[in-house]
Amino acid sequence: MAHQMKKRRSLAALAGIAAISLTAAACGGSDDSSGDSTAGGGSSVDCAAYKQYGDLKGKTVSVYTSIVAPEDEPHKNSYKPFEQCTGATIKYEGSKEFEAQLPVRVRGGNAPDIAYVPQPGLLKTLVSTGKVMEAPAETAANVDKFFGEDWKAYGTVDGKFYAAPLGANVKSFVWYSPGSFKDAGYAVPQTWDELMALSDKIAADNPEAKPWCAGIGSGDATGWPATDWLEDVLLRTGGTEVYDKWVNHEIPFNDPQVAEALGKVGAILKNPKYVNGGLGDVKTIASTQFQDAGQPILDGSCWMHRQASFYAANWPEGTKVAEDGDIWAFYLPAIDPAKGKPVLGGGEFVTAFADRPEVKAFQTYLSSVEWANERYKTCGSGGCVTANKEADASLLKNPVDKLSAEILQDPKAEFRFDGSDLMPGAVGAGTFWKGMTDWIVGKDDKSTLDFIEGSWPKS
Amino acid sequence: MSTTGKFVQMFVALGLFAIVFIGILLIAARFSGRRGERVQAVSFVGPALLFLAVGLMYPAILTIIASFQNSAGDASVGLQNYIDIFTKPELLLVLRNTAVWVVLVPFLATAIGLAYAILIDRARVEAFAKALIFLPMAISMVAASIIWKFMYEYRPTARPQIGVFNAILKELGLDTYQFLLNDPANTLFLIAIMVWIQAGFAMTVLSAAIKSIPDDIIEAAKLDGVDGLKMFRWVTLPSIRPAVIVVLTTIGIGTLKVFDIVRTMTGGQFNTSVIANEFYNQSFRYDQSGLGAAFAVILFVLVIPIVAYNVVQLRKDL
Repeated sequence: MAHQMKKRRSLAALAGIAAISLTAAACGGSDDSSGDSTAGGGSSVDCAAYKQYGDLKGKTVSVYTSIVAPEDEPHKNSYKPFEQCTGATIKYEGSKEFEAQLPVRVRGGNAPDIAYVPQPGLLKTLVSTGKVMEAPAETAANVDKFFGEDWKAYGTVDGKFYAAPLGANVKSFVWYSPGSFKDAGYAVPQTWDELMALSDKIAADNPEAKPWCAGIGSGDATGWPATDWLEDVLLRTGGTEVYDKWVNHEIPFNDPQVAEALGKVGAILKNPKYVNGGLGDVKTIASTQFQDAGQPILDGSCWMHRQASFYAANWPEGTKVAEDGDIWAFYLPAIDPAKGKPVLGGGEFVTAFADRPEVKAFQTYLSSVEWANERYKTCGSGGCVTANKEADASLLKNPVDKLSAEILQDPKAEFRFDGSDLMPGAVGAGTFWKGMTDWIVGKDDKSTLDFIEGSWPKS
Repeated sequence: MSTTGKFVQMFVALGLFAIVFIGILLIAARFSGRRGERVQAVSFVGPALLFLAVGLMYPAILTIIASFQNSAGDASVGLQNYIDIFTKPELLLVLRNTAVWVVLVPFLATAIGLAYAILIDRARVEAFAKALIFLPMAISMVAASIIWKFMYEYRPTARPQIGVFNAILKELGLDTYQFLLNDPANTLFLIAIMVWIQAGFAMTVLSAAIKSIPDDIIEAAKLDGVDGLKMFRWVTLPSIRPAVIVVLTTIGIGTLKVFDIVRTMTGGQFNTSVIANEFYNQSFRYDQSGLGAAFAVILFVLVIPIVAYNVVQLRKDL
């Protein structure tokens, strides 16, 4: 009898479990796509231009980027017309660990649909994994129409076009307070010598403050602002030819010309008389987050902050960013007049890892004039420029954006893409950042450059 | 995927898991006698061995192979990765840091836990005091790091302070100090965090061990005139020796694996990197998977003696 009971009980148990799991399997698997959906809502959009993307109702496109708050809000807002007119949903995910996590995700088989890759060097590394999809023909056609040749080249690897340019930014800016300059009688420097003289003057006139403030903290990407400094200076001391050779490793990383440029950067960044306004000593450059680094200008403990145009989004609400306002930016002066007035800049590239129709449609949308204009319209506090030649620059509200757009569209400007973004990922998103961070904290010029040179991939 | 979808998926997975295991056990219960016992043993141990083989042995073998290859994984470089680790100064530094961690954390945590256990033994506030020191174990290492990051926070001396330690320094009239930036002291300050977390564990195990020392031994010793420090050295310590070994080795193994604290506090910058942090950086950020794999193998080799010693001790006690 006991054996019978045991048998019945075990059968009952088995049956029960089977029933539960079968029911669960039947009910489960309903993929209602919620998440960061911004679909729905009032404004009447003219959907005629969006008919080409077809009906994408219910489809989701996941986007992974390094653009985090507060710069991510305007991005999400610029997708609303696309979402409204096609019915698709864009899931936006921003992360400070983007450059480290994306290769991990791609290799692990968990790649996002689309990633905004800010480094052509990283793009090359990703393409070599074989998981990147070639850009659809419509996107390529848009890029040919609206962007310059060099911008298409950044998204091309081995002759195949993969990634359309998204946003662009100008990096050769120095932020300052026009009011403070006017009150103290300082003029915006037009040459490097004037810049150094101004720094000395500010240091002498203001014993409680420092002329420069800087911060290179950025999570896994700590060190990137310092690489921008070196690139800007090398463009000015060596010129665009030397810069190109350096980026392509035709001259070694520890070439004497690079060492000279690093020395000039050190004359500012490692000079205790010049840094670190409002934040502490030289070493605090390494521990201060880049978003906080320029803020001391607002309370007068710092006077100048060299940073890209996208820094405009990091000023507190209510700050007037204009030539006659609280904050403005001047062009980082040239060092050697023979080398011209080069402009360092960057941008993101739309890289796709899936080729579903909705992903292709989104890619094409992002390369279109509609998106560029939408981006300009929804731009909050600045930093929304694109290199799209047909974008309507009059829609830009932020004066720094207008200035950046002018510079980007100027055919005479010698534009060069950020060097660390063009180098192989292991260097440009790895040892270059680490090397510069160690350099700020005390490592000497030679060891720093040797270390980075030694880490350049052999193949 | 929506939340309900995720829950449903979880229950489906649990259900399948239950079916498979109960199925195996039911089938094994059919057999009886000697053969039956062997079948039952295999069916109990089999799944665990299978998971170990797939999830542990296979990746381990792949990693060991990868450590002898270059970063692209297509050519063998022999022992070059290991030679690099032992000759390049920045990589040798990682080994030095790990050594400092492994020497200091177990001994400090055990010493503090032991002292604490003895002091509060049979005191009135014993339960409360135990809870207090055990609390840090309840939070994750990342949470602990964030707490301590604020404790160590630096502001220039002239400005208002938000870090506890720098506020104290400022009150005492000294200059504020960059706890996390100045090496080699910054490694010691990171070690303090791990000791803070692990002391509770040490104290709990050792307190139980102390309480289990038979009373008559203590009384006999007191009658012989042994007291205080001599009592501790000649009676208490030898009696709880197995527990101390267990605590030391467990904390030691945990310390070798430390990653969260270093990554959250400094990201491995400023010469604080340890092996676990470094092989993450090398493999995933600098794309040097050969070097990363070599570090992982070295970590494995370092852990083996401790685990082996632990196993030998356990067998002796049995």
